[in-house]
Amino acid sequence: MEHTSCFHCGLDATKSKIIFDNKSFCCKGCKTVYEIFSANNLTCYYDLQEAPGATPKEIEGKYNFLDNDKIVDSLLEFNNDNTQIVTLYIPHIHCSSCIWILENLYKLNPGISSSIVNFGKKNVRITYNGNLITLKNLVKLLSKIGYEPFISLDDYTVGKKNIDRSLIYKLGVAGFAFGNIMFLSFPEYFQVNGFWIEKYAPLFRWLMFSFSLPVIFYCAQDYFISAYKGLKSGILNIDVPIALGASVLFIRSTAEIIFNLGTGFFDSLSGLIFFLLVGKFFQQKTYSYLSFERDYKSYFPIGITKINSDGQEESIQVYDIKKGDRLLIRNEELIPVDCILIRGKAQIDYSFVTGESVAVSKQSGDKLFAGGKQLRGSIEVDVLKTVEQSYLTQLWSNDVFNKDKEEGFTNITNAISKRFTIILLSIALVATGYWLYADSSKALNVFTAVLIIACPCAIALAAPFTFGNLLRIFGKQKLYAKNALVIEQLATINTIIFDKTGTITANKETVISYDGKKLSTSEERLLKSTLRNSNHPLSRSLYELLQDNNIVTLDDYKEYTGHGIEAKKDDNRIKIGSANYVGLSAENATLNTSVHVSTNNNYKGKFTFYNKYRAGISELFNQLKKDYDLAVISGDNAGEQENLTKLLPAKTKLIFNQKPEDKLEYIKHHQGSGAKVLMIGDGLNDAGALAQSNVGIAISENVNVFSPACDAILDASKFNKLFQFIKASKSAIRIIRWSFVLSIIYNTIGLYFAVTGQLAPVIAAILMPLSSISIVVFTTIATNIEGKKLK
Amino acid sequence: MSVIYILLAISIIVAIGFFIAFVLAVRSGQYDDSYTPSVRMLFEDELVKDKPQKTVLTKKTNN
Repeated sequence: MEHTSCFHCGLDATKSKIIFDNKSFCCKGCKTVYEIFSANNLTCYYDLQEAPGATPKEIEGKYNFLDNDKIVDSLLEFNNDNTQIVTLYIPHIHCSSCIWILENLYKLNPGISSSIVNFGKKNVRITYNGNLITLKNLVKLLSKIGYEPFISLDDYTVGKKNIDRSLIYKLGVAGFAFGNIMFLSFPEYFQVNGFWIEKYAPLFRWLMFSFSLPVIFYCAQDYFISAYKGLKSGILNIDVPIALGASVLFIRSTAEIIFNLGTGFFDSLSGLIFFLLVGKFFQQKTYSYLSFERDYKSYFPIGITKINSDGQEESIQVYDIKKGDRLLIRNEELIPVDCILIRGKAQIDYSFVTGESVAVSKQSGDKLFAGGKQLRGSIEVDVLKTVEQSYLTQLWSNDVFNKDKEEGFTNITNAISKRFTIILLSIALVATGYWLYADSSKALNVFTAVLIIACPCAIALAAPFTFGNLLRIFGKQKLYAKNALVIEQLATINTIIFDKTGTITANKETVISYDGKKLSTSEERLLKSTLRNSNHPLSRSLYELLQDNNIVTLDDYKEYTGHGIEAKKDDNRIKIGSANYVGLSAENATLNTSVHVSTNNNYKGKFTFYNKYRAGISELFNQLKKDYDLAVISGDNAGEQENLTKLLPAKTKLIFNQKPEDKLEYIKHHQGSGAKVLMIGDGLNDAGALAQSNVGIAISENVNVFSPACDAILDASKFNKLFQFIKASKSAIRIIRWSFVLSIIYNTIGLYFAVTGQLAPVIAAILMPLSSISIVVFTTIATNIEGKKLK
Repeated sequence: MSVIYILLAISIIVAIGFFIAFVLAVRSGQYDDSYTPSVRMLFEDELVKDKPQKTVLTKKTNN
C-alpha cells in the first residue's frame, strides 16, 4: 500500500483510511479541522505550507474555569461593554500558515473583530465582542482548529506589561544627531581658511552644539548613571572612562566654540555614543519566544474544578484552594497542590517535575504531589496543602530565586577597565605636568586631548559584538542563551553537574532486557495479547517493544491493581507482574523496575527496564573529564549506579536520592570551596540547582514546550555538543583579548597626537570610527570562524 | 540674506521630519515585532485570489 500522510498535520495516514475531498487524514480530528476550514473558505491555509496543522485535542471541561468572571477579567487586556481584547500564547504557531489562519479568525466567528499574531512571541492578540462570543468559546474555537492556547497561572499574576523601547529611541536620536553633525563639520575639515568659513563657521558650530545636546543628556545618560554607580561602590567599570571621555569631549568642544578657538569634537562625541548604543542593541537580541524566567506558575493551571459539599462543581482560582477542599482533576490536567487521591484511577506523569516520563499508578489513599499530570480519566482528590506550601512549590521560597547572577561577577571588560582607567589618568597627568613645565598654554589642551582620544569605545564594543554574534551562532546550533553574560560565565566554569533522569537519559525511551528461560512462540503471542489489554505504563512500554505477533483473543483476563495481570487462552495461563505475584520469593530483589512472567505457574523470567542514555554520552564525559570535575546527581534510587559506572569515566561522582533542596545545597557547598558550577538539568525539581549554579542549562526535547528557569536552553539533540559549546565560549574570551590589544594599538597612535599637543578634531573624527569599525569587523569574522567549528 | 540660511533651514526641517516619522513608528509598535509583518505582507495576494474560488467551492458543496 502506498504511503500517505495526513493532509492536515503530516502524520502517517496510511492505515487510517479517512478520505475526504480526495485528501487523506490521519484521524477524525484532523478531518474536522479541514471541514471547518473548507466550509469557511479558508483552505488557503494548506497552500502556504504543506501539512501545517496540529491534531485538535479532546478538551471537554478543560476550560470550565473560564466561566469564572474573576479569572476572565484578569486575563483580559481591555474590557469594555462589547469590546474585549485578550492576548493568548499559542505554542503551535510555527509557520506562515499559522499566521494566516489566526489572522483570519474573524471569518470563523462573527464575534471576533480582529486578531494580530506576533510570530516571535508566539502569541495572538484577539479583539472580540463579549456579547457574541465568550472567552471560553473563543478558546474552544481555537482548540477545535488545532491552535490550543496555553493559559497558566503566570497569566493571572502578570499585569499589563510595558514594552521598554528606550534603547531604540536613544539609538535613533544618536544616529540622527551623528549624521547631521557629520555633514555640518565637513566644511571646516575640507577648507581650513577663507572668507566663507570665517563667515559661516559660528553658525555651523552652534548648530552642531544644539544637535549634540540630546546626545549627551539623553542618549548617553545610561553611561553616566552606570559610571556613578560604579564609582559609588568603588568599582572602576568601563563606563567610568566612557563617561569621563564623553563629558570632556562635550565641555572642551563647548568651550572651543564659545571662545572661538576651534570647531570642537561634536562629531566624535555623537559618533562615540552612537557606536556604543549599536553595540548595546546588538547584544540585546534575545529569544523572545523562549522564557528563561519560568517558575512553577508558568505550568500550573489558573483555575481548577472544586466539588462543593453538595456535589456541585465550581470553577475556582488556584490560589483560592484551601486545605480540605475536594477537587476534580480531569484527564490531562495538572495537579496544582499536594493532595490525597480519593476516587478514580490515577496515572500520574511527573515528567514536568522529575523528567521521568514513565507514568506512575496510584490508588485511592495515596498521596499525590503538585506538578503531576493526570493521564487517564478524572480523579477526585482531597487537598492537603495550599499552592504555595506544596512540596514542589516550596522550593521557590528559597532566597536563591531572588538573587541576580550578574552580581559579584566581574566581566572581562570591567576587569580590564580598572587598569586601563588608572593608566589613562596617569598618562594624562604626566603629560600635563610636562607641558606645564614646557609650555603652560598647552597643558589644558593636552590633558583633555588625552582623555578624549583614549576614550575606550573600541574596548567597550569588543565584548558586545563578540558575545552577541556568538549568541546568534549558538542559537542556530540550538543552544539558546539568555544573554551575553551566560557565554562569558560558561567560559569560566570548572565543575559540571548533571541531573540524571531526563538529562543524560532520553525522555521517551527505555531499554528493556529479558532475563530467564526462553519463551516459546505461543507464549510470546499470549504475552503480547495479554499486555495489550493492560493500561499500566510498564505494560504499555513492554507491549511496544515486543515484535508483532498475531494477536489472539483471550478466554479470560483479570487485572489485580498493584500486583499484576492474569490471562488464559485455551490451556495456557499467563501471569505478568511483580515477583511476589508470579510466585517468586523476593530474594534477589533489585532496585530496578522489572516485570516478572510465569506461565502455568512455572516461573519464566523477568523483563528489566533500564534508562536509555543519550547517544554520545560516554564520549562527551570523556572529552570533559580532562578539564572539569564531573558529577551526576539524581533524585532516583541507586538502581542505575552499576550501569552508570560502566558508562562514565571513573572519577565521575554519582549521587543518588537527592531532593530538590539537596541538589541546591550540594552546588552551594561546592561553590563555597571555589568551584564554578555548570548545572545541567531538565525538570522543575532542578530549578533550585539551576538557579544556584553559575550557569544553569536546561535540556529540552522541545524548546517551545517546557524548561524551568535557567540561563540557557539546550535542545536535547545537541547534548553531545556541550564540550564544543564550552570550547567556543572560551575562544570568545580569547577573541576579546585580541580586540583589546588591537584597540590599545589605536589608542597609542591617538595618544601620540594627544600628548604632543597636536590633536586636531579631524584626527579624532577619523581615528574613533576607524577603531570601532575595525573591532566590529575583527570580532565578527573571528566568531564566525569559531562558529564554523561548531558544525 | 544668504541662500545658505535657507538651505540649512530646509535640510534641518527635512531631517527633523524624518526624525518625527521615526519616533511615531517606534511609538506605534513597529519595532516590537520585526518578523510577522514580513510574512503578513505576502498574504494580501492570497486573499484576493481566494475570492473567485469561494463561489466555485460553495457551488460544489451545494451540489
